[in-house]
Amino acid sequence: MSLPKATELPIGAVVTEPGSTRRYSTAGWRTLKPVIHDDRCVRCQLCWLYCPEGTIAEVRGVFKVGGKTYDVKYEIIYDHCKGCGICANECPTKAIEMVPEAP
Amino acid sequence: MQIQKTRKIEALTSNYAVAYAVKAADVDVIAVYPITPQTTIVEKLSEFVANGELNAELIHVESEHSALSAVVGASAAGARVFTATSSQGLELAHEVLHIASGMRLPIVMAVPTRAVSAPISIHNDYGDVMNARDVGWVIYIAASAQEVYDTVIQAYRLAERALLPVIVAYDGFLMSHTVEPVELNDEEEVRKFLPRTPRPYTLNPRRPVTMGPLASPDWYYEFKYQQVLALQEAYKIAKDVDAEYSRAFGRGYGVVEAYRMEDADYAIVTYGGAAYGNAKAAADLARERGIAAGVVRIRLYRPFPTADVLKAISGVKALAVLDRAIMFGGPAEGPLYRDVATAMYMSGLDKPAVNVIHGIGQRTMYVEDLYKIYTMLREGPRKEVVFMGVRI
Repeated sequence: MSLPKATELPIGAVVTEPGSTRRYSTAGWRTLKPVIHDDRCVRCQLCWLYCPEGTIAEVRGVFKVGGKTYDVKYEIIYDHCKGCGICANECPTKAIEMVPEAP
Repeated sequence: MQIQKTRKIEALTSNYAVAYAVKAADVDVIAVYPITPQTTIVEKLSEFVANGELNAELIHVESEHSALSAVVGASAAGARVFTATSSQGLELAHEVLHIASGMRLPIVMAVPTRAVSAPISIHNDYGDVMNARDVGWVIYIAASAQEVYDTVIQAYRLAERALLPVIVAYDGFLMSHTVEPVELNDEEEVRKFLPRTPRPYTLNPRRPVTMGPLASPDWYYEFKYQQVLALQEAYKIAKDVDAEYSRAFGRGYGVVEAYRMEDADYAIVTYGGAAYGNAKAAADLARERGIAAGVVRIRLYRPFPTADVLKAISGVKALAVLDRAIMFGGPAEGPLYRDVATAMYMSGLDKPAVNVIHGIGQRTMYVEDLYKIYTMLREGPRKEVVFMGVRI
């Protein structure tokens, strides 16, 4: 992704459109990103609970994983995840792996 | 050339000269908080507003931090604004200085300079404004009440064109409370000189924008670099504005003033009213006594007028940079000296240059003292900083 140059940005860091925070990525400083291995996830909800930024989404539906069927799964919202690794640390089944960000 | 039709000369202090210039500029919002020696500026402006001579919103705030914050808000909404402060007030407002320049708001603030605590001194030196030299504001340092008046008007033009806040500084008490004749411009002419041009973005419910947002590591650096470019551009704009002002009103100053520098062997480089007036007199005295002496006065301090300074001092055998502020712990204690030394080093200009500190806390500066600087320069290069007039 290429970001605008200094001379292309609005003067004085003005955000020129209303409602833009929905599209504002606050994850630019992440170096490691969490990846959920869904086959190891037991839906204990601890990652969802511990995430300090609320960047783990609980998705409803019917999910067949191995021989089991779940009505929920967890996904990382990468636009807002800062890569702190708390989720990976808390996960009791080591279903979350911290992977280096692509350069 | 368009010279004003009516010449009106008033006896004014530099503080009142500011107030008259602000009135002529037809500002919309003024934040007032008293601090010595600035107080009489906002007193006079309060009087103008109370008498209906100036149609402005006058906000009584509870501190200088609030004063600058109030004008940041008003300026963001598109108003032409003014405030003034000195010394500890400028220190208290320091946080907001960065916000005003980062948001690129064309605020004009007068700073009759004063020493900073501790110990408490209400007297004059440049310790306060020198602490605010690296925050992205344009800084003028004026040397007469007339120049203060003209510079405030120029400051609005520069601020609104460059989208940068501007400090107009001058000697506290020595200028802020002493009376000089000041030629006032016709106010209608000033308003023609300062047209209200629409800004790219202001707070407006019909066109909502966010000002002062968060910028994460992938954005912040670019906005700070924008400020670097803006200050570089302001150097050119300041020269243009001075030339336009000179054409409109018949008075111009340039960004650097050189006195008897054409054939000078020894120069004093300095700023401000007291140092400059005495330095000129000392140069005259030195010339009478056979030393080819000259003075370079920095009028535009930020952005630093590197090219003009280097040009002015290119022919001298040696120079002294006379500072009226102490910035502790650096390779030399004078802030202007560091600028001049850096400018010389970066351009490869190698001249013997000594840093002289003088007039701290309004320690009296005699013409004879400044004359001694020229004789000292003639004796040979000195490496150490000279703290002239201190008891050691």
